[in-house]
Amino acid sequence: MFEKALKGNNYYWMWLAFLGFFIAIAAVCYLRQYFYGLGLTGMSRDVSWGLYISQFTFLVGVAAGGVMLVLPYYIHDYKAFGRITILGEFLAISALLMCLMFIMADLGQPLRGLNVMLYPTPGSMLFWDMCVLWGYLILNALCGWVILTAERKGVHPPKWIYFFVYLSIPFAFSIHTVTAMLYCGLPGRHFWLSAIIAPRFLASAFAAGPALIVVIALILKRVANFDAGKEALNKMVTIIIYAALANMFFVGLEFFVGFYSNIPGHMHTLQYLFFGLEHHGHVYNNLVPFMWGFIALFLVGISLLIHPYTRKQSDLWLGIGCASIFFAFWLDKGIGFVLGGFVPTPTEEIVEYYPTINELFITIGIWATGFFILTVLYKIAISVEHEIEA
Amino acid sequence: MDKNRRNFLKVAGISTLAGLGGTAVVDRLVGGTSLAQAAADSGHDVDQAKGAQGHGEIPSSSGNRYGMIIDIKKFQQDPSLGEKAVQACHSVHNVPQFPDKKDEIKWIWMTNFENAFPTSSNPYRDEATAKHQLPILCNHCDQPPCVRACPTKATFKNKDGIIMMDYHRCIGCRFCMAACPYGSRSFNWRDPEAFVKNANHVYPRRTRGVVEKCNFCDERVGAGKQPACVEACGESKAIVFGNLNDPDSEIRKMLKENHTIQRNPALGTIPSVFYIV
Repeated sequence: MFEKALKGNNYYWMWLAFLGFFIAIAAVCYLRQYFYGLGLTGMSRDVSWGLYISQFTFLVGVAAGGVMLVLPYYIHDYKAFGRITILGEFLAISALLMCLMFIMADLGQPLRGLNVMLYPTPGSMLFWDMCVLWGYLILNALCGWVILTAERKGVHPPKWIYFFVYLSIPFAFSIHTVTAMLYCGLPGRHFWLSAIIAPRFLASAFAAGPALIVVIALILKRVANFDAGKEALNKMVTIIIYAALANMFFVGLEFFVGFYSNIPGHMHTLQYLFFGLEHHGHVYNNLVPFMWGFIALFLVGISLLIHPYTRKQSDLWLGIGCASIFFAFWLDKGIGFVLGGFVPTPTEEIVEYYPTINELFITIGIWATGFFILTVLYKIAISVEHEIEA
Repeated sequence: MDKNRRNFLKVAGISTLAGLGGTAVVDRLVGGTSLAQAAADSGHDVDQAKGAQGHGEIPSSSGNRYGMIIDIKKFQQDPSLGEKAVQACHSVHNVPQFPDKKDEIKWIWMTNFENAFPTSSNPYRDEATAKHQLPILCNHCDQPPCVRACPTKATFKNKDGIIMMDYHRCIGCRFCMAACPYGSRSFNWRDPEAFVKNANHVYPRRTRGVVEKCNFCDERVGAGKQPACVEACGESKAIVFGNLNDPDSEIRKMLKENHTIQRNPALGTIPSVFYIV
């Protein structure tokens, strides 16, 4: 089926070339980092994870979000999602590939990456994260491909594939739960040490993932003559609204626990993220704009989505609403959550993190690679759909 | 429709069976930081159970368990001691000195009381505490979060209680750095070779991209010597090193005679470094 990706109009090739440009820059930047070391990033012994791991964390959520299409279709037999389930599965594949690239970019000794498999350590959450991420990647690739092939041939998918489809559902939940466990099991990092992290991750994932799919579906309607269907989009917006509200509810609970208990360790990071943290006469606040951007974009997004006119009558406003939710939760989880957790340090010092240009270009390049893969996969899926219709 | 339901029930049944088997895995996860070690040391499970009860418990593993006492008063009386101890450690272990603080690597360093003990400082400090600094280093915890986090067993607990690093296995994921609640770990952000002056060829230098930290001078202790920082403090007895499991050791005698504190013991890590305030 890959040959479908090789035939496209000018816009298709221009878009791929545009992404390819950033991929090429990132490749050069990565080579620089590979030969110099991670010192080319803004990370230090005090903020030891930066943009790479925060993007990884967010993208695990995007990958898990695809299950919000798979679950209603296969468990509840919700037929309207039939046409777009493949979009969720292929989005999961490209998001997971981005995750793996971000992990590799973050390793100090990338060539030793296989040590995680050569010396399996079940006590480490990173070991389990590797297991579930690879598992979910393989499951999505398998299910997506087999079902698409069957559709193309005009036959029912083989029965055995449903075992893997159903298996992929708990896997989707597990990838984000285990990713949350990377953080919430660490003593001494108060902001992360919270049992609500895993549910909060899942809630924001089930809003951000589907929000991205809605935006993409609206774009595909214009550029690829592929209509996901009004009913499907409406149902997805409902899912996004509830998931987004759940996430904000959980964020509010974090504030309550921190500020009502008045325990300094539980307040520090929230203060740092939202208001700036004063320390020895200096106010540290480099993440404050991002966090208020998160709140503002959430309010814009949720208002647009809950209003019947924008939701049902205007593709443009619907798209803006979903994009706002997606970017809001990117700011929340893809920026604030990971970077904020390192402030203050275990020795009550404050070190702020600023990514370097080299690091930024690698990050952009990995996103571009993910969207490159996503474009090619969607091209294949939609060409097959068109072939069936024709 | 019916067939789909039957398929679903099959899957649900299999998942349940897998879940039942999973509890055994969870038990092992919670029980041991290192499975290999748990198998080797039959008394290990008992330690875990005791350690879980509270930070007041004494871990009762067999064999040696090395620990350290740092007398903060001695460091106040002679402020030059700190510099000597840090120097000795860093030169013996080829710890690089970078001009840029962002690249910093340190095994033992001097810091303020409120930085070392953020949970037990108050605004009305005595003058000596406010004015002077004290050394902090890896606590060589009995329940080390870093060892639990490491995905390759590149950092592990020795039978003598020392938390070790395998520089050749470390993949540089820095999970241990996020896990350490004492900020004791450093990462080689760039090649350290050019920043090591007067290299000690008896101890290996590190490559870029791996984590390192204090090793309680495992290589010296194994050869019957005292750790470098202890030796640097000379006769002052500002730092005393010894076997916590030997009731007749000097460190145990000092622990009996002095009131000591540990850094953030509430986390249940059971540090092996004690401070006389």
